Amino acid sequence: MTALAAQPSPDIEGLRKQAARIRGRVLEMCHASKSAHLGSSLSCVDILTAAYWHVLNVDPKNPNDPERDRFILSKGHAAMAIYATLAMRGYFPEEELATYNQDNGRLAEHPPANMLPGVEAATGSLGHGLPLGLGMALAARIKGEGFRVYALLSDGENNEGSVWEAAMFAAGKKLENVCIVVDYNKWQATGRSNETLALAPLRDKWAAFGWDAHEVDGHDIGRLAEMMANVPNGSSKPVALIAHTVKGKGVSFMEDDNNWHYRAPTAEEVAKARAGLGLV
Amino acid sequence: MRNAFADELTKLGQEDPRIVMLSGDIGNRLFDRFKEAQPERFFNCGVAEQNMMGVAAGMAMNGLRPLAYTITPFVTTRCLEQIRTDAAYHEAPVTVVAVGAGLSYAGLGPTHHACEDISFLRSIPNMVVLAPGDAWEVRAGLRAIMQQKRPVYMRIGKKGEPVVHDGPIADFEIGKALTLANGSDVCILSTGNILPEAMEAGRLLDAGGISTLVVSFHTVKPLDEACLRNAFERYERVVTVEEHSVVGGLGSAVAEWAVDASVDTRRLLRIGTPDKFFKLSGTQKFAREQLGMTGHQIAHRVSATLRERDSAA
Repeated sequence: MTALAAQPSPDIEGLRKQAARIRGRVLEMCHASKSAHLGSSLSCVDILTAAYWHVLNVDPKNPNDPERDRFILSKGHAAMAIYATLAMRGYFPEEELATYNQDNGRLAEHPPANMLPGVEAATGSLGHGLPLGLGMALAARIKGEGFRVYALLSDGENNEGSVWEAAMFAAGKKLENVCIVVDYNKWQATGRSNETLALAPLRDKWAAFGWDAHEVDGHDIGRLAEMMANVPNGSSKPVALIAHTVKGKGVSFMEDDNNWHYRAPTAEEVAKARAGLGLV
Repeated sequence: MRNAFADELTKLGQEDPRIVMLSGDIGNRLFDRFKEAQPERFFNCGVAEQNMMGVAAGMAMNGLRPLAYTITPFVTTRCLEQIRTDAAYHEAPVTVVAVGAGLSYAGLGPTHHACEDISFLRSIPNMVVLAPGDAWEVRAGLRAIMQQKRPVYMRIGKKGEPVVHDGPIADFEIGKALTLANGSDVCILSTGNILPEAMEAGRLLDAGGISTLVVSFHTVKPLDEACLRNAFERYERVVTVEEHSVVGGLGSAVAEWAVDASVDTRRLLRIGTPDKFFKLSGTQKFAREQLGMTGHQIAHRVSATLRERDSAA
């Protein structure tokens, strides 16, 4: 693995095409398996693309390198998106994506523990990923390893008390090598996230909890790539990126429609969606 | 027991750079020597046990050997999902250390009582469940834990309990019970901080002509099956004693084993706390008396069951 060098400017057009290919895969996986969480998977694809194709210091051929950056999909229900991302990044063969949610496979509806290369933590119960990541970040400090820890949270996940326990802990221990991205798609499973609990103002909350908190367009891959790469950023604080996203992003007839939290698309809908993404 | 834990941990911390101590804002001054020796490996995690347990798991997944410590209910039921999902499911070698086992903190009330923890913890896959019987078992148990590569739950008492062993235990093994008094009629299997009362019960039974074997059954999971098989084959009564509910603790574990092993389950007598909250104020001694857990009461119950059998015969 190469040492962290100055990051080149992101290849935005290349990243956009990659994100479209991931979305196309996710749509196929969802259709084939008739599983839930399509909207939640589509909303975070640009964040995953920026992370895995620009930000993270990782080597898919050496997935257990102690010095690798850690990326935790704390919103484990977006498993389809992380599986497609990891496969396309080279952690395991893309053909294995066809086994998603099938009998006797490694790709369950939430990421498994100690089974799939690239999956740093088994998630699915919300509010676990950040505390795990903070333990990893402290391990880096104790052992003198220079890696960074990223965790992708959902906005609904911010309902969990453990998230705010972790928020105070990270700030208290000055874990500046930690970065969270909140996939703020404005929906949770059964309602608007700001009507369910009082989430807003979310950036201000994270800032008040001692984080260097910023808002960002969660579909602006270039901006995401730059901001996520800039960790630690000199503030001596952990970094929170509140990424404004659209649930179901990339498919016109799914965007901001929460029915796609649970619905799976028909073959016709997949074809239409893929065409809209510019995929054949 | 907690002072022995802190002292042994301090020694281990100097020997093993992987050891990290996480406290849930508890143990005022208890860990001063550890902190002094290893300031970069002690973390007061605040009153935030879910996060503490997740942090511990994250550390353990990256080569460290963290211990997460606070009062029993807060380090078990408060963060049970983190123990299950973050530590046990990932097979992360976290050591959960619960202080105030059973009725150790009787006077603090049922919020601080801990008579259900073994039940929860032993049902989780990959967990080892340890309940040392005195300060020497705490020290030996802690050293044995650090040789494991699995998540472990260890419940300890408070401070000042009577010491049962004469000194350091050379042959302590996780999953291997320790014989403390020999006998041929009755076998008492004691787990955890009730051990001094079990020893007293053994002495009283011996004095009354009932020869009693007393075993410190310090590991509730995995069970020492060889010890159990021997007990059910050779003793008229096998008595489990624990400062824990009769629901789900050592007695339940032994009963489950006995049914599966097709031994004579009529020989089993389970002594533990009843399936209810103990709401009265008072000391641990008072609570034990009220719940029939003193050495004298244990001996009385054992001899009563033997008399029932004799009169039925």
